[in-house]
Amino acid sequence: MAKRPMLEIAALEKRFGDNTILKQIDLKVAEGELVFVIGPSGSGKSTMLRCCNRLEQPTSGDIIVDGRNIMAGTSRDLAQMRLQIGMVFQGFHLYPHMNVLKNVTLAQRKALKRSKAEADVRAMDMLERVGLAHKADAYPSELSGGQQQRVAIARALALDPKIMLFDEPTSALDPELVGSVLKVMKDLKSKGMTMLVVSHEMGFARETADRVVFMDGGVIVEEGTPDEIFGAPKAERTRAFLSRVAG
Amino acid sequence: MERFLETFFNPVVMAKYAPDVIAGMGVTLAIAAAVIVAGIALGLALACLRAYRRKVLNFFIICYADIFRALPPLVLILILYFGFPSIGIRLSGAMVLFIVLSLTLAAFAEEIFWAGFSAVEKGQWEAGIATGLGFTRTLAFVALPQAVRLAMPPLVNRVLAITKMTALGSAIGVVEILSASTTAQSFSGSATPLTLSVIAYLVIFMPMVVLARWLENRTAWKKR
Repeated sequence: MAKRPMLEIAALEKRFGDNTILKQIDLKVAEGELVFVIGPSGSGKSTMLRCCNRLEQPTSGDIIVDGRNIMAGTSRDLAQMRLQIGMVFQGFHLYPHMNVLKNVTLAQRKALKRSKAEADVRAMDMLERVGLAHKADAYPSELSGGQQQRVAIARALALDPKIMLFDEPTSALDPELVGSVLKVMKDLKSKGMTMLVVSHEMGFARETADRVVFMDGGVIVEEGTPDEIFGAPKAERTRAFLSRVAG
Repeated sequence: MERFLETFFNPVVMAKYAPDVIAGMGVTLAIAAAVIVAGIALGLALACLRAYRRKVLNFFIICYADIFRALPPLVLILILYFGFPSIGIRLSGAMVLFIVLSLTLAAFAEEIFWAGFSAVEKGQWEAGIATGLGFTRTLAFVALPQAVRLAMPPLVNRVLAITKMTALGSAIGVVEILSASTTAQSFSGSATPLTLSVIAYLVIFMPMVVLARWLENRTAWKKR
């Protein structure tokens, strides 16, 4: 790995009472790299992703984004650092009371303090990029799931994040709409975005990921290139999981 | 039939006392407007504070809301008007009415707005926080507008109920509609002034009821 790490997860632990969700997770994502996380439900992969911007509070460990530890600092520092970490949710979570343009400009204006003109230009650029510039005036309820998710991606991109986190971005979509979202993600990757993706889209992982991480029971069982993980998985648990999802 | 009309619609009595009742309408409207503004503002502020989930603060907010929703406003009105002068606090009838009704409306409004906040999806908060808005700005720009929209129908109903309670002012000498009409009734020996009060209340509250219905019909998000 020649490039510097954009995201570094070190000794991450997450417990709810006696229940340990994540055990000693160590993971590095290099600049421009797309790391794909797979695993059965309940394996802790979404929790790990949500710890990366502290939507979920880690019990211990460090999360270092571009050299800055987000576990340290005040809540104001944390809000600043979250601006650099784009997040895309399974459920889109667009703001229903705002049109698409407002959805994409809100944080630009209120958190980044961009002017309205500046934020609008940036928003239209990003909407153009996800192919939805013509929907700027529409409300979220007027869009399909795939369109809503692309707006959500534009909303995160408009803040110029250093890394993008995707939490099962296509799981809530009708099958015919999945492709449009994956296409946008692929385009992001080709433009050099650093991405950490939790998803079940194995075909996409095989095609686009630089590395695939298999998680089970709150630990990273195995990681490697897509060819290594999908072609010749070493761990028994990985093989069992892959045969189940393939079948 | 003639006796009915004579009792409730005596034109001479009507003409004589209409100005008094109209003046009472002014008082009712002024107090109602002040109560609505103060009660909703306080209720909204308390609901927002409650969203920060500070244990001690929330304990007091919940106590306040529960006590003021439980007590009949008339009891508080009588205490403030007849009891407080004994401890050296002398308030005008209108002021007592304003304070008690505002505090009562605020208690209900706090609960209604809080229910609105609770109904806002967790994902909405997460989306705001994840885009670096921080809690306060997520509250202000993401959660609040949605909570207010959800709160509208029950809030309007509550506002109607509270503003009608301005009639309690007649118990402490505030010359609002009911007070003006009962005085007129005693002087004239006719029930017609009470008819005037009915008309006066309808003139004020029918538009509000229609507005409430209209608001209820447009609470859904823009959809076409």
